[in-house]
Amino acid sequence: MPTQVNFDSLDGLHTFPRLLFHHAKVRPNAPAMREKYLGIWQTWTWSDVAERVRALACGLASLGFKRGDNLAIVGDNRPHLYMMMSAAQCLGGVPVPLYQDAVAAEMLFVLQDAGVRFAIVEDQEQVDKLLEIKDQLPSLEHIVYDDPRGMRHYNQPFLHDVHELMEMGRIHDRNHSDFLNAEVEKGHYDDVSVMLYTSGTTGKPKGVCQTHAAFIAAAQGGAQVDKLGADGDILSYLPMAWVGDHLFSFAQSLVCGFTINCPESGETVMTDLREIGPTYYFAPPRVFESLLTSVQIRMEDAGQLKQRLFHHFMAVAKRCGGDILDGKPVSSGDRLQYWLGNLLIYGPLRNVLGMSRIKVAYTAGAAIGPELFSFYRSIGINLKQLYGQTETCAYVCLQPDGQVKADTVGAPAPGVEIRIADNGEVLVKGAMLLKEYYKRPDATAESINADGYFLTGDAGFLDEDGHLKIIDRAKDVGKLSNGAMFAPNYIENKLKFFQFVKESVCFGHDRDMVCAFINIDVGAVGNWAERRNIAYSGYTDLAGKPQVLEMIKSCIEEVNASLAHDAMVADSQVHRFLVLHKELDPDDDELTRTRKVRRNFIAEKYKVLIDALYGDKGNQYIETEVKFEDGRRGKVSADLRIIDVKTFPIAKKAA
Amino acid sequence: MSRKIGDVILDLQNISLRFGGVKALTDISFDIREHEVRAIIGPNGAGKSSMLNVINGVYHPQEGKIFYRGAERKKMEPHMAASTGIARTFQNIALFKGMSVLDNIMTGRTLKMKSNMLLQAMWFGPAQKEELAHRRKVEEIIDFLEIQHIRKTPVGRLPYGLQKRVDLGRALAMEPQILLLDEPMAGMNVEEKQDMCRFILDVNDQFGTTIVLIEHDMGVVMDISDRVVVLDYGKKIGDGLPDEVRSSPEVIKAYLGAGH
Repeated sequence: MPTQVNFDSLDGLHTFPRLLFHHAKVRPNAPAMREKYLGIWQTWTWSDVAERVRALACGLASLGFKRGDNLAIVGDNRPHLYMMMSAAQCLGGVPVPLYQDAVAAEMLFVLQDAGVRFAIVEDQEQVDKLLEIKDQLPSLEHIVYDDPRGMRHYNQPFLHDVHELMEMGRIHDRNHSDFLNAEVEKGHYDDVSVMLYTSGTTGKPKGVCQTHAAFIAAAQGGAQVDKLGADGDILSYLPMAWVGDHLFSFAQSLVCGFTINCPESGETVMTDLREIGPTYYFAPPRVFESLLTSVQIRMEDAGQLKQRLFHHFMAVAKRCGGDILDGKPVSSGDRLQYWLGNLLIYGPLRNVLGMSRIKVAYTAGAAIGPELFSFYRSIGINLKQLYGQTETCAYVCLQPDGQVKADTVGAPAPGVEIRIADNGEVLVKGAMLLKEYYKRPDATAESINADGYFLTGDAGFLDEDGHLKIIDRAKDVGKLSNGAMFAPNYIENKLKFFQFVKESVCFGHDRDMVCAFINIDVGAVGNWAERRNIAYSGYTDLAGKPQVLEMIKSCIEEVNASLAHDAMVADSQVHRFLVLHKELDPDDDELTRTRKVRRNFIAEKYKVLIDALYGDKGNQYIETEVKFEDGRRGKVSADLRIIDVKTFPIAKKAA
Repeated sequence: MSRKIGDVILDLQNISLRFGGVKALTDISFDIREHEVRAIIGPNGAGKSSMLNVINGVYHPQEGKIFYRGAERKKMEPHMAASTGIARTFQNIALFKGMSVLDNIMTGRTLKMKSNMLLQAMWFGPAQKEELAHRRKVEEIIDFLEIQHIRKTPVGRLPYGLQKRVDLGRALAMEPQILLLDEPMAGMNVEEKQDMCRFILDVNDQFGTTIVLIEHDMGVVMDISDRVVVLDYGKKIGDGLPDEVRSSPEVIKAYLGAGH
């Protein structure tokens, strides 16, 4: 049973420290956190955690930590780091988790912006980073470290071992036994509970201030939708600075009372996943993808019998697995087959993946391929998508059980209102909205409109079932010349779900039709070509082969067929395309370092190709300069064929 | 650094080693001090590995004396070297390929196991308690070398760099006083070398282990060792601080040939 938060009564459980001490009272011996030490899982019960948090908070107080101070947290997911979050909150301070793999110079801005006086870091590596920039951080007074390894020769007086801090705190607590209770009592649900920095892909990072009320509301809403209880386990391995981890690991575990499990190290996550067998799991799409690939590779090495069994039952799962999970009617023959498959294939497979006990798994952060998504659902793993951003506690839409669709992010979560602006932008409102951007009233005012809606910057629409479909960043969405909406990213993602398409760029803003550049995936297409005895010398050659073009054409036609079903985007079917003669490359400024397409730059650079696409030419000669990794420059040239694609009539919805 | 280099722990005096008519080592004397990192360098065939084998008792020099902690060491066998606190790693990794990393490192504890084989096989009583204590030590080493993720992986499936690290782990499991490393960085890429250097220095610093190291990579040797011995054709041609050795004309000649 999730604990009910009562915002009305003063002694209600409406801050995280109160929730923590509540759990310590009602379930003192239940596991709260686990961590592997010397190869053996160690458990801290809720009363252990409460005792340590108490000691840490008092220790911080005796070092001079005051209400309103910010505490930087840098490191992998470690129990002591989570405890320090609670400790800071007990004193009315604000934890500020940072991405642990950032270099010192990248951390500098956030540490300066937040005016950090105290920091808790994981180990020597992080201590070194802070020492490197300490000169530029006049406000930084104390650094606490969790792992003493390699710290023997550091004798700066402002460095403290976390155990030393706890000892200080225990003495302080004995001398002032009422101090901490009074501090916790002073906490209010409208206080800022955490500050999470946005990644800053556009401009400087901004500190998003979230209150106790916001995160508790988000955590409760999610727990209600997924019926989370106190008996669950989650593997906490995603960066603590990321809003998702803060919601799933920190907020929801404190609201529901389930157990946080910290992996031994980044490399052991997969082993730890199998050992813990979490009931609640979160991973970005690429993790699910690599898991599936490893399964497929191992299956290819398996014996004949095993392979046949696997393929037979995977076909069964594909046919009816998803429906069985959703509780839809399925013929009894299929049911029997699925039951058998569960015994022989799906069950063992789930076990190998460490997902035997999973009740709910979530993915978000990027578009997930429909095939991939339905694979996991078909073998009985309740994989769902969610949608949200740092400013909304990662809580806007959730897919409720039984209504999971691969191409939407689900229905608005409890307590969330969604409105679609005229330009297609998704606006949201609810208890989970940010209080403000730290020291940035200008940015706060810009992002929340007069009606109190937060501007997400994403474009989307609600489908006939009221599920939100995100199609693109709002600023990228254009209009075709007939006035229909054009969302390039949406189409590009659909294209990229084909393993043969590595990258694609769609054009159509202010044009009468959509045309596309395609980059083929050399690995996948090369393999495809080899199996057909098509000889090729390199990317440019392969990209020009008529068979390859024909194959890409059929992929695009498939996309067109699926676009035609959706009234909102049916006009965006791809009419003409070409396969580029070189791979888009960050070295040539065509992609960002995070491999996002730089649309305008490409449009400029390949203007002659775009003119050819929108003209009626059948081919176009192009010569492009490329930079090699060693700094040399060369030229690539080719005569590119432009290919017309079949489009489909727009499916009219039955009135 | 708080690490203090102590007294001479191993003193080799006028060592000569012959295989039939082949002179592997001729009249070599040098000493090793407690807690130091001592490198032995030299061109191929200079006698470095033979020297290491003399130290841990695989070869018995025909002439010369060896003093270990002040006492002269007479006839000795390799297993005696192990029980007196000398451990080594091998140039060509000598691990059990089919066994897991954990089990391989556990073999390094064998000498320290006291209970009898029958009890161990039954995993009963004192044997059980003992094994748990040893397992703890092994886990500490796994943690120290940051190889938690391959704890249960058979060694044969690991890349070379990691196998070398497991080899080091097995040697460390003996809690040696002197650790002999035979080309610990051969065949590694730059990153693996850096990791290895860090581990060697950490071992030296944290456990106070004396380290004797054979290495070809001059950059590595000059960076991490306290003193260097240079051998060439079985003879000692240099001995001293890295900087002294680097500028010695004889050493330069051995490495670069005459004429330079």
